[in-house]
Amino acid sequence: MTQARTMTDGGYNFAYLDEQTKRMIRRAILKAVAIPGHQVPFGSREMPLPYGWGTGGIQVTASIIGLVDVLKVIDQGADDTTNAVSIRRFFARTAGVATTEATADATIIQTRHRIPETALGDDQIIVYQVPIPEPLRWLEPREAETRKMHGLADYGVMHVKLYEDIATYGHIETSYDYPVLVNGRYLTAPSPIPKFDNPKMDAMAALQLFGAGREKRIYAIPPYTRVESLDFEDHPFAVQTWAARCAICGAEDSFLDEVIIDDHGGSMFVCSDTDHCGRRVAAGHRGEEG
Amino acid sequence: MMDGAALLDAPLLSARGITHSYGERIGCRDVTFDLWPGEVLGVVGESGSGKTTLLNCLSAQVIPSAGSLTYRLRTGDQADVYALSEAERRMLMRTDWGFVHQNPRDGLRMGVSAGANVGERLMAVGARHYGAIREQVTDWLGRVEMDLDRIDDLPSRFSGGMQQRVQIARNLVSGPRLVFMDEPTGGLDVSVQARLLDLLRGLTNDLGLSAVIVTHDLAVARLLSHRLMVMRRGAVVEQGLTDQVLDDPQHAYTQLLVSSVLQT
Repeated sequence: MTQARTMTDGGYNFAYLDEQTKRMIRRAILKAVAIPGHQVPFGSREMPLPYGWGTGGIQVTASIIGLVDVLKVIDQGADDTTNAVSIRRFFARTAGVATTEATADATIIQTRHRIPETALGDDQIIVYQVPIPEPLRWLEPREAETRKMHGLADYGVMHVKLYEDIATYGHIETSYDYPVLVNGRYLTAPSPIPKFDNPKMDAMAALQLFGAGREKRIYAIPPYTRVESLDFEDHPFAVQTWAARCAICGAEDSFLDEVIIDDHGGSMFVCSDTDHCGRRVAAGHRGEEG
Repeated sequence: MMDGAALLDAPLLSARGITHSYGERIGCRDVTFDLWPGEVLGVVGESGSGKTTLLNCLSAQVIPSAGSLTYRLRTGDQADVYALSEAERRMLMRTDWGFVHQNPRDGLRMGVSAGANVGERLMAVGARHYGAIREQVTDWLGRVEMDLDRIDDLPSRFSGGMQQRVQIARNLVSGPRLVFMDEPTGGLDVSVQARLLDLLRGLTNDLGLSAVIVTHDLAVARLLSHRLMVMRRGAVVEQGLTDQVLDDPQHAYTQLLVSSVLQT
């Protein structure tokens, strides 16, 4: 039976990657978990999807997924977008695992741009797809220098960027990929999640793994690890807020997307997390359009 | 000019036998000197004489092939600069030392505003209060005679002279005791040079700064430095008080150098 499950789709190994590759990636993951927030290089493989579509995340998922896992994939918080659907189907075909759209039912959640609104538990792993793992990249283009800066915890320049935001806009304008300090030591890019989700990373019960395929880096935040968003004493970190509520479920506390609905400038705000929104509707909550 | 008599007890920086070679080529050879608190040392010589190599060795950006460098810390302890860890050296570089490059583009972050450039050192040593940082930045831009309404402009929109001012403010904001300058007025037109020299002389006087200034311009050396070292082919051929060296040069090369300046 195991044989049948592992060879689900004509000739591929279980979860696409060969076992030696998975072993190499698992070693990188173990090292990453041991040094929270530190970027570990790994031999990223060519995957059957283009860079930028989640090649890093998909390799991490392929290395940790087992027969009994239940996989959820989200893109911009939604389960039904192209990227999410194709990655979910990829693992359904190559690993034969069960998939779900319900956050609570999943054991592994691969994500791009969001952390689900439902709090994750300690039996879950969240895998982030990361385009640029180096938070210092736009400030210091030399890789040798950024590694040295990480080695010496020489992070003053990151505050220069936040200073620049305040000087230009009067407040910290950076709204996604907002830099965090993990476990009081490593400066880390949280991938392009909105800063709305940053507080969820702090002391999260679930294991957080980050895979950057093109840049060939893996990093991790172990469960219950301190994650601080950088800020100034007189300009403290704050998350986005909206004047509106979700038009479908009426939620006030979730991340909202503005959706254009006609040619006359009309728009509505809806939850970006489709699973969260759907469950609220099922529980009888209604917004203006619901 | 100096904080007190105690500071005069020992040199701030002691270089002994600094020698650096690039393979077969000699960068600088057996340079020995003491720099005292509040003293400005000029290093002159033709291009290729090893001035910049020496400056890089003195500022520990290059570790020389041989020689030792001792720096007296604020605590009074003597630090062997070449034996410091990278982290300690970086800390020294951004608190107690400054380095003004000839080309401001080498010393500035061109992608962020003048204010952010000046504030970087403060943030690097842990300043986390925007208002306080801003206040110090404004103060320093004022002291280098910058228009304060340019504080949020990118350095790339500034003239060469203004960029150089920002670079100087960026180095002095942390209250350093020792500043290295590599041709600080090179590439600027004469009137801007004069203003900048005036500014530098005022700042070194007011703050009691020690400085090592590399220049090929004898006029700059005469104006700024108390003591002068003349270099040729990597070696120091003559050193002494600035006026003494320039008015009564002993070494044949120094005589040539002094006589080659246009007399008006």
